[in-house]
Amino acid sequence: MKHIEKSFHSVKVLNDIQFSLKAGTVHALMGENGAGKSTMMKILAGVYKSDGGEIYIDGKKVSIDSPKDSQELGIAMIHQELSSIPQMTVAENIYLGREPGSKLFMSYTEMYKQTAQLLESLHVHINPKVKIGTLKVADQQLIEIAKAISFNANIIIMDEPTSAITDKEVENLFHIIRALKEQGKGIIYISHKMDEIFQIADEITVLRDGAYINSWQAKDIDNSILIKNMVGRELNEVYPKIKVPIGETLLEVKDFSLKNKFENISFDVKKGEILGFAGLVGAGRTEIMNSLFGLTPPDTGEIRMDGKAITIKKPQDAIGYGIAYVTEDRKNEGLILQMGVGQNITLASMKELQKLLIKAKEERKVILEQIKTLRVKVNHPKQLASSLSGGNQQKVVLAKWMMKNPRLLILDEPTRGIDVGAKAEIYKLMCEYVDKGNSIIMISSEMPEVMGMSDRIIVLSNGQFGGELCREEFKQEKIMSCAVSKI
Amino acid sequence: MDTIRNVQKKINPKQMLSQYGTLFGLVAIVIIISIMKPRFLAIDNILNLLRQTSINGLLAIGMTYVVLTGGIDLSVGSIVGASGMFAALVAKSDYNLPWYVAVLVGFSVGLLLGTLNGVIVSYLKVPAFIATLGMLSIARGVTYMASDARPVPGLSEGFLKIGGGSIGAIPIPVVLLTIVLVICYISLYKHRYGRYVFATGGNAMAARVSGIKVKKIVCSVYMISGLLAGLAGVILTSRVTSGLAQSGQNYETDAIAAAVIGGNSLAGGRGRLWGTIVGFLIIGVMNNGLDMMAVSSYWQLVIKGSIIIIAVMLDSLNEAKS
Repeated sequence: MKHIEKSFHSVKVLNDIQFSLKAGTVHALMGENGAGKSTMMKILAGVYKSDGGEIYIDGKKVSIDSPKDSQELGIAMIHQELSSIPQMTVAENIYLGREPGSKLFMSYTEMYKQTAQLLESLHVHINPKVKIGTLKVADQQLIEIAKAISFNANIIIMDEPTSAITDKEVENLFHIIRALKEQGKGIIYISHKMDEIFQIADEITVLRDGAYINSWQAKDIDNSILIKNMVGRELNEVYPKIKVPIGETLLEVKDFSLKNKFENISFDVKKGEILGFAGLVGAGRTEIMNSLFGLTPPDTGEIRMDGKAITIKKPQDAIGYGIAYVTEDRKNEGLILQMGVGQNITLASMKELQKLLIKAKEERKVILEQIKTLRVKVNHPKQLASSLSGGNQQKVVLAKWMMKNPRLLILDEPTRGIDVGAKAEIYKLMCEYVDKGNSIIMISSEMPEVMGMSDRIIVLSNGQFGGELCREEFKQEKIMSCAVSKI
Repeated sequence: MDTIRNVQKKINPKQMLSQYGTLFGLVAIVIIISIMKPRFLAIDNILNLLRQTSINGLLAIGMTYVVLTGGIDLSVGSIVGASGMFAALVAKSDYNLPWYVAVLVGFSVGLLLGTLNGVIVSYLKVPAFIATLGMLSIARGVTYMASDARPVPGLSEGFLKIGGGSIGAIPIPVVLLTIVLVICYISLYKHRYGRYVFATGGNAMAARVSGIKVKKIVCSVYMISGLLAGLAGVILTSRVTSGLAQSGQNYETDAIAAAVIGGNSLAGGRGRLWGTIVGFLIIGVMNNGLDMMAVSSYWQLVIKGSIIIIAVMLDSLNEAKS
């Protein structure tokens, strides 16, 4: 790709980008959110049309005007969000729109046979006849990859393929990627995870603010050079953890159980403390927090706050006790996307902002305050939440809760899919927040994050208590061994 | 924060067109009709048009709440019939009861049926389409039984004024519609209730996590729709001067049409009250204007249907562009 340009509404989002991918290699594309990675890949996939520049494949100039063009040129993109139809089987999904058989009738036998062969060639052991919806996220991802390969794609674009899968599954994915390399396919790999990039990529290209920065051979550079180029500045302290005196116990959870989700979980969190929750995906961490917040009350168990027993049966109860919950999935559980940023921020505080009617002036004032303190990048408070980048969306959800001055903030994967700069800001906000004597429970699947930010870590394993580590004992291997202890 | 203020002042003509497209449509229709039939603009015709429109107006406003939460209320026409009939049964001049007793009965029937809808949809988790489709049938059946399928004439003087009377020059139904509009405007835009309705329709899960009682909100919109249908039923019965078991039949079509022409998304979370106003005015103006032009009622149906489709088509094309 040469001199690629693209503008939206007269805002230039890509300017003079170049990129080249060699057959049989993995080329990582990196940059902060909003750097233009996805836009560039969508041009290649035919979703957007570039305003300028040329694309060459095997030395021949091509034009890509539609997703179909892209497909015919042997380009396949595996999107960040899964796009399969959960009620259909694996085979039906893979061959959707090009079912084998005659013109009139499709042949299921043929379809299942071909699917089985395809999965076999990838060493993926999934039954082609099961419904996609019953598979784990990681397996669904593998099916997407299998589908891409079934198109005989020579260029495969993977946009954050590991954002929702566990370390072991990442290993499996890398295995497949290496196999694809050997077959001479070219892979464009987008990810925020540094260690992955260095494991799998041959070449690395960095974009920043829609501009091409540089390309390197992966073996020639390291983490810090990469980060420096991505953010355009040195991030010397990625985890700005400050020492906060730990106070008395704020909240105690005893013998929490919910059928098929988790069993006999007890923990406490103290004032000024950041309590990390580690474990593999599916260990029951989110489910416990859903129960604590009253979304799905537990079958048994008790909660104490300041030593007194309390009951939380619905989210309003939890909010009343000063608990706030930033959920894992901000698009589906955190934001009202078609509402303005401002209204999203005040959504949980409307009672305080209303006497007889909504105090419009005061609402506007607090919205502007929150936007300022959390440094949310918006043009206007009425701008729709859907138009923001992931990092800014997360800040809006945080702002919503910060307004209520909660005593306990539960954060579930607070920095997933967020760029390095916004991550650092969120970490800083977390530290400032506990410094005021509040507490945080943070679920995180990123080892460096959970170790960098927590005072104490509870490790869950398969819905059970897997271990507890204090800051001096933090070690990746230790956490991992606790996480697999009950499987 | 200066930048924030500056942006607000900028007006984008394209955005204007998409925001106010239906309003321009209404103005265009009014201009065309008044050129062809100048009498259209006569004060008495306008007042008559508004009186005719007020019933659909009330239903469309109720529908707006429901649609904002992502639901639909197919039963409003039958609720109009039921509440109108029960009001008529009480309003017979033989009973000598004051007019407001009949009104209260009509309201109560509307509210009761609306509450049933709400409970079935929100707490018993029956899809709105099915629940209100069932209610459409149930309420109509009850209306026929209550009246033995016979008209109920001979209503008291006071009761007849509600639909037929005027305050000054303004017909009472129009006054009532205006009062309802003001209350609804306040509830949707000046009170947190409206915020919760939008949030529930936009993303029920996020609303719930934010501490909003989502089920109560969903239930309440059907109650509002039922109550307004009850009011519409009272007005209709009073206007036609007798209780008729079949009255209100198919009224849900125009109510839904007004809401969607006004730009309320059936998926929920996106809409506006003034859009609904423009929506029911367009339908009212079309009905009145086409009658004046002596267009056959069969053609009127075809034209109305086309307008619904075109309005929503333009809206979704716009949406896709942005």
